[in-house]
Amino acid sequence: MNQLEKQFKIKKENLLNIYCTAGYPQLDSTAEVMLALEQHGADMVEIGMPYADPIADGPVIQESNMVALDNGMNLPLLFKQLESVKDRMTIPVILMGYLNPVLQYGIEQFCADASHAGVSGIILPDLPMYQFEKHYKQLFKKNGLSFIFLITPETSEHRIRMADKLSTGFLYAVSASATTGNAVDITSQKRYFEKLKKLQLQNPVMIGFGINNQERFHNACRYAAGAIIGSAYIKMLGTQVPVGDGTKAFISCIKGELPLAC
Amino acid sequence: MYKKLIMKNNKNNLSRPDKHGYYGEFGGAYIPEMLFPNVEELQKKYKKITGENSFKKELSLLLKDFAGRPTPLFHAERLSKEFNTNIYLKREDLCHTGAHKINNTIGQVLLAERLGKKRIIAETGAGQHGVATATVCALRGLECIVFMGAKDIERQAPNVARMKMLGATVIPALSGSQTLKDATNEAIRDWINHPHNTHYIIGSVVGPHPYPDMVARFQSIISKEIRQQLLKETGDRCPSHVIACVGGGSNAAGAFYHFIEEKKVKLIAVEAAGMGLTSGKTAATTQLGTTGILHGSKSLLMQTADGQVTEPHSISAGLDYPGIGPLHANLFKQGRVLFKNATDEEALQAAFHLAKTEGIIPALETAHAFAVLKDISFKKNDRVVICLSGRGDKDLATYMTYL
Ligand SMILES: Cc1ncc(COP(=O)(O)O)c(C=O)c1O
Repeated sequence: MNQLEKQFKIKKENLLNIYCTAGYPQLDSTAEVMLALEQHGADMVEIGMPYADPIADGPVIQESNMVALDNGMNLPLLFKQLESVKDRMTIPVILMGYLNPVLQYGIEQFCADASHAGVSGIILPDLPMYQFEKHYKQLFKKNGLSFIFLITPETSEHRIRMADKLSTGFLYAVSASATTGNAVDITSQKRYFEKLKKLQLQNPVMIGFGINNQERFHNACRYAAGAIIGSAYIKMLGTQVPVGDGTKAFISCIKGELPLAC
Repeated sequence: MYKKLIMKNNKNNLSRPDKHGYYGEFGGAYIPEMLFPNVEELQKKYKKITGENSFKKELSLLLKDFAGRPTPLFHAERLSKEFNTNIYLKREDLCHTGAHKINNTIGQVLLAERLGKKRIIAETGAGQHGVATATVCALRGLECIVFMGAKDIERQAPNVARMKMLGATVIPALSGSQTLKDATNEAIRDWINHPHNTHYIIGSVVGPHPYPDMVARFQSIISKEIRQQLLKETGDRCPSHVIACVGGGSNAAGAFYHFIEEKKVKLIAVEAAGMGLTSGKTAATTQLGTTGILHGSKSLLMQTADGQVTEPHSISAGLDYPGIGPLHANLFKQGRVLFKNATDEEALQAAFHLAKTEGIIPALETAHAFAVLKDISFKKNDRVVICLSGRGDKDLATYMTYL
């Protein structure tokens, strides 16, 4: 059982997963961001591997990808950064990105290096399920890496079960068919999330896309083990506040520990 | 014995993908889950719908009466004399809207209607595919949104005006290099955000399965007509050579399609070398590309060692694309198609030459196909077909600076 799987055994609800693009806002921000998220109460972190053509992402994450690439971020450097914080991180680390840079790096090398750098889960939204099953499933398993598939309100029950069977760690339920950062009202998707609950899936479900405030976070947590926040956090980092202070305020806000309306 | 024969045939068929959309190692559908229902619907239905009699009837009627097909196969006498051979021009420039692109958009709009889609999106580079899409949407009363790189909007102003006059909304793609690749990204994102009522008409033989096969089939009318016309004119349906320019590869796919299994026909694709293969400003994908994934399929693409797509360059917006369709990547790999390239300069010269010798002003994209004539040795009896994919009206602003 890797760290990600353990985390879901220890904590069953209100899990907060925060996404940040590696190398954003500064090339060396990655470690600082990860440590701040750990210190201020995130339950897991998702690190984005920058890609110039992120087709599933909205403007905020696109922009952070471009900034990170301009800063000089790439996979070899990212693995070095991850290794440097590995011993100080107790919460699980997930890598999210697109297939092409991973293929060019060499997928076997990628798995080995990710595992070595303390990563416990991988999300590659453009890797098809049947390709994963046929070619890569064993490889991820061998390296102790969870692989997480996405489902949407349009995904059929048959396919949800397939994604659940192939995923380990958790299942990523996208709150609406949308690119990242597109705000949706979780309550409008009530039926979808209730349906998911009834399916009795083997993996815990985390809800993501468009979650940008306390109310949405808590709504998502009513239907799932927790929620994933990306664009809203990146936006905050983009305002140039110090990473530690900004992260502290952001998480308090999301969790409702501050009386602020934020 | 019979079974064996079928298997052999399937294995050797280079023009069609397997059931997962692979041409050899290239193709497939590398898409995020958000796109899956729409792409799967197409995968399941495109062959059935396009095979129905009512579909075929409606398509061929529109191709004839609206697009103006069949397009002529013109024996270019002065050019033939110059190269001491027989050169035929397949006049796709005479299609309504001025290029081959409308063969595909008519087909896909009819398909979209049968899928119950009311909103059409498209990407465009030179604007030809955008104009063709806007045109057919106007004809059928469908909402049309075209994504176009901000840079291309500037250099293809007449086509932007045409799209607007036809009632389409043109949305500038402001991300990345602001050209065709980025317009395609934006169209894909729009489709993700509009999962129910929208059909995405991809303009070339790129994208996730089934697009490469679907677009190739709609464009295959080009080689179907060439066969018939050549048979009538010369008594032999096969040319010795077919030459076409390649951006994503749709006019080339159409012009090659029915000759891919006729091994004696030499197929020549011409990519844009831009300012030269070693200049760093080029779009010659097969020469500089490596296997990778872009816009939902595995193919050859120009990229860095880190797997970031590099910015292409070509004087012609329609060839300014860092990839190539998976069909072509496989034809290249298998050695079935010879890939050549022409620089911006060579394409310009070829355009001016064609205008003066045959009275035809070609699109800048098309001019690349003519630019390689000087590099090929033809025999006197050869029958060389060049796919004249489009006319040059849209490129007048560029041509004017060289007059
Ligand atoms: C006239 C013309 N020819 C060729 C192309 C290149 O596209 P493809 O390679 O798909 O034929 C374009 C694209 O815009 C075009 O307008």
